[in-house]
Amino acid sequence: MMTVLRRLGFYLGLLLFTLFAVFPIMWMVITAFKQDADLYDVANNPFLYNLPPTLKHVTFLFTGTNYPVFLWNSLFIGILVVIITLLLAVPAAYSLSRLVGHWGERSGIAIFLVYLIPPTLLFIPLYQIVTFLRAANTVWALVLVYPTITVPFCTWLLLGFFKSLPRELEEAALIDGCSRWQAFVRVALPLSLPGIATGIVFAFALSLSDYIYATVFVSSTASHTVSAGVPTELIRGDIYYWQSLMAAAAIVTIPLAVAYGLLFDRLVKGFQSDSAGSEAAP
Amino acid sequence: MATLELRGIKKHYGSIHAVNGVDVAVAEGEFLAILGPSGCGKTTLMRMIAGLEMPSEGEILIGGKPVTHLPPRARNVSMVFQSYALYPNMTVARNIAFPLKTRGMPQAERDAKVAWAVGIMGIGHLLHRRPARLSGGEKQKVALARALVRNPALFIFDEPLSSLDAQVRTMARGELRQLHDRTGVTTVYVTHDQLEALGMGDRIAIMQHGRVHQLGTPQELYDDPADTFVAAFLGAPPMNMLERDGRIVGFRAEHLMPGTPPAAAAGDALSLRMHISQLEFLGAEWLVYGEIENGATPQKLLAKVPPAVAATLRVGEQREFTVTRSRLRYFDPTTGLRVRDERG
Amino acid sequence: MSEAETTARVGLGDHDHLLGWLMLAPSLIYIAALVGLPFFLAIALSVTSATVGDPSIHGFVGLGNFVQVLHESAFPLALRNSVIVTLGTLILTLVLATAESELLVRDFRGKRLLQILLILPWAMPVSLAAIDWLWLLDSEFSPVDWLLRHMHLLGPGSPLGPANHLYYYGREWLGLGAIVMINVWRLLPFATIIVLAGRTSIPRDIFEQAQVDGAGFFRTLFSITLPALLPILMVASMFTALLVFGDMAVTALTTRGGPGYATQVLPYWAYLKGIDGGALSEGAAVALFMFPVLLVGAILALRMAYRTDSQGDRP
Repeated sequence: MMTVLRRLGFYLGLLLFTLFAVFPIMWMVITAFKQDADLYDVANNPFLYNLPPTLKHVTFLFTGTNYPVFLWNSLFIGILVVIITLLLAVPAAYSLSRLVGHWGERSGIAIFLVYLIPPTLLFIPLYQIVTFLRAANTVWALVLVYPTITVPFCTWLLLGFFKSLPRELEEAALIDGCSRWQAFVRVALPLSLPGIATGIVFAFALSLSDYIYATVFVSSTASHTVSAGVPTELIRGDIYYWQSLMAAAAIVTIPLAVAYGLLFDRLVKGFQSDSAGSEAAP
Repeated sequence: MATLELRGIKKHYGSIHAVNGVDVAVAEGEFLAILGPSGCGKTTLMRMIAGLEMPSEGEILIGGKPVTHLPPRARNVSMVFQSYALYPNMTVARNIAFPLKTRGMPQAERDAKVAWAVGIMGIGHLLHRRPARLSGGEKQKVALARALVRNPALFIFDEPLSSLDAQVRTMARGELRQLHDRTGVTTVYVTHDQLEALGMGDRIAIMQHGRVHQLGTPQELYDDPADTFVAAFLGAPPMNMLERDGRIVGFRAEHLMPGTPPAAAAGDALSLRMHISQLEFLGAEWLVYGEIENGATPQKLLAKVPPAVAATLRVGEQREFTVTRSRLRYFDPTTGLRVRDERG
Repeated sequence: MSEAETTARVGLGDHDHLLGWLMLAPSLIYIAALVGLPFFLAIALSVTSATVGDPSIHGFVGLGNFVQVLHESAFPLALRNSVIVTLGTLILTLVLATAESELLVRDFRGKRLLQILLILPWAMPVSLAAIDWLWLLDSEFSPVDWLLRHMHLLGPGSPLGPANHLYYYGREWLGLGAIVMINVWRLLPFATIIVLAGRTSIPRDIFEQAQVDGAGFFRTLFSITLPALLPILMVASMFTALLVFGDMAVTALTTRGGPGYATQVLPYWAYLKGIDGGALSEGAAVALFMFPVLLVGAILALRMAYRTDSQGDRP
């Protein structure tokens, strides 16, 4: 139904947006494999391998720096944070969607508002609390604090999801002999696995990408996450190990992007108010 | 002892009174239809019977035992939802077995009961399918089997035929009624379709604005309506209503006949001079749209006539139509309530 | 014929209300402890004189910290920049997100792949994105500069100035511009998703009616699409603004607030004062200057939440 001109404009638009998004990433990936002599020559075309590409810097990243430690810490923290988040957010979201009336709605709004409070407002008193709990400079500080970011977001995400489950299914379960708790466990939970999967990806990614808490609460290299460790570790004084830096970023970003990208449509749905259907416009 | 008793049931949400005082007793094995337009409170009432909502006032008894504040699973009630509410992540077999599983019935006994329910509904070939791959009619049968399987004290049906095509609906109606007669379980059937209610119910409770306007057999409601609402709601087309001499006179379209029978001459009937504006072919009969002068404004009337009679009518002509007195029903113009007296 | 089976035990799992609060409680307690408490602590800190060396809450100084902060030369710059960066990012992002959502609302081959590519900037952890852009706009080796030079837009005798390099992160307005660019780049996917949510909720009928009525692309866009998108644009604005306003990583890793304080922003300044500099109370005071903005954001969020909830489910 689109005229040739429109079609051209459409694809041009897509191309421009894609280029905009991808250009810095492409540049990042190209850099990771460039030899020093090639990279640090202003006259060279930066987009081509004027000297053959090398794995040297990537190898260095894994053998000569603490990057593997950072990856491990991020993974460890991420998994624990996901577990804590699910334990807190899933029951909370279900409760808000079905079980508590007006006060519940208000609590729900309060939880959501919490997400809007940026870490940069709370990080100083949290630093005190973390120090007081003797968790400063360990991964446990982050495990403790990251759910403040992930729980509100995931509760909100799962709330939309539970609301979209037809009530009748749980009511049928009640009539079939389940208590409300059993209806939750045997009917609502299995049906909400897609939403929970989305929540898992987001909780993990949110804990991975935080910079401020990771920097403030942890100073020792051994406990750094990728987010805080890469900038500090690979910038020694005035020397930037650019290729390794870029490699470090790419290794983390690309899997995250694939995961996010596959959940794209689900994310869009999450932002639609429940009453709005998906009457796809042309 | 009545299987289901509702005493003084009320339900309000703030200032909204969804149900405003309902008293009904359903006998064992009876098929009660709860009929009414959307928003009349029938769904809320049904949910209170099932235990999905709690009444603000009143009592509910099932089998003589008070269950007013008990959760659904303590009431021994089965329900078929409008959307059938089949568990999407379970096969048909597991769906049907679910109510038995939650009650801790041992496997062997479960299998026997499931087989029995499946046999009655004739869905043995569907056992390993998931709900997503069933047609509307098949889903309904599975929902019925699941409701049957544990011999409840009471069945509740929530507009179960509304998601079926019109053609399929007639057959399904008959099958549902037959199922009831075969199993003998007391049934409460909620619907907005008056044809369904008239055709299936032993008795009908017709509701509007949270109250039951009339409780009686289909014939009683049809021939002897308690007020203008009942009269207008039942029957297709609705009862004709004329304002005359300070009262409302009602009569059914099938009782409005062209011509002046001898009874009319004896003053024992109501005669009207009607201008025919439209003739509509319904298949087995014709619908006559007419207008009569009635005081200041012309009033529209409907008559239902057999084809032979319709052949004698022409659009645009003026004809005499009559209704015999015994077919007239009188209503108070302010309250809408039925007025019974001798005056013609 | 029927079993008198009204004997199922009524237990805790049946009391909806109680169960509901029990399920909600852990989250509420956690949030109260680790967000509510710190929030009040921040206020308490800001009116006392705590330092990293002596972090206890003591020495009540009233509004002393706030007054002191107000008088520092960095303050007006930090405040100004926080606002400029946020507004700049917001406007650019909203416009681009609306355009991008017009494209993504259609189906086309390869959409899946494109979704992955387009979401890359948001998927990237913010500190790594900052590093990436640090290198991208490096004062010596920036490929952007290289391109500009080859297009003769940069270098002696060209419009962008005699130097062969643009010192993005060493200049006030270039630096702020770069920070805005980075934020737009990383938040655009997120904003697009939100706008797309609103865009797909507009019923197709309306667009078909517009087609029948003879409306062209731009008329449809301005008379139908944009007005219908207004509520969701507000949601997108709120999220975007809050994410930019509260962000410290981009500034910390690129311009570091320099030259001098020219590109300083409130969150980073709070960090420098409170953690780097050790003056916890002063840092808390700076951070709290962000609070009025957050309050406005919270009120808007509440309003929006009530509007969508009132269209929600039955009582």
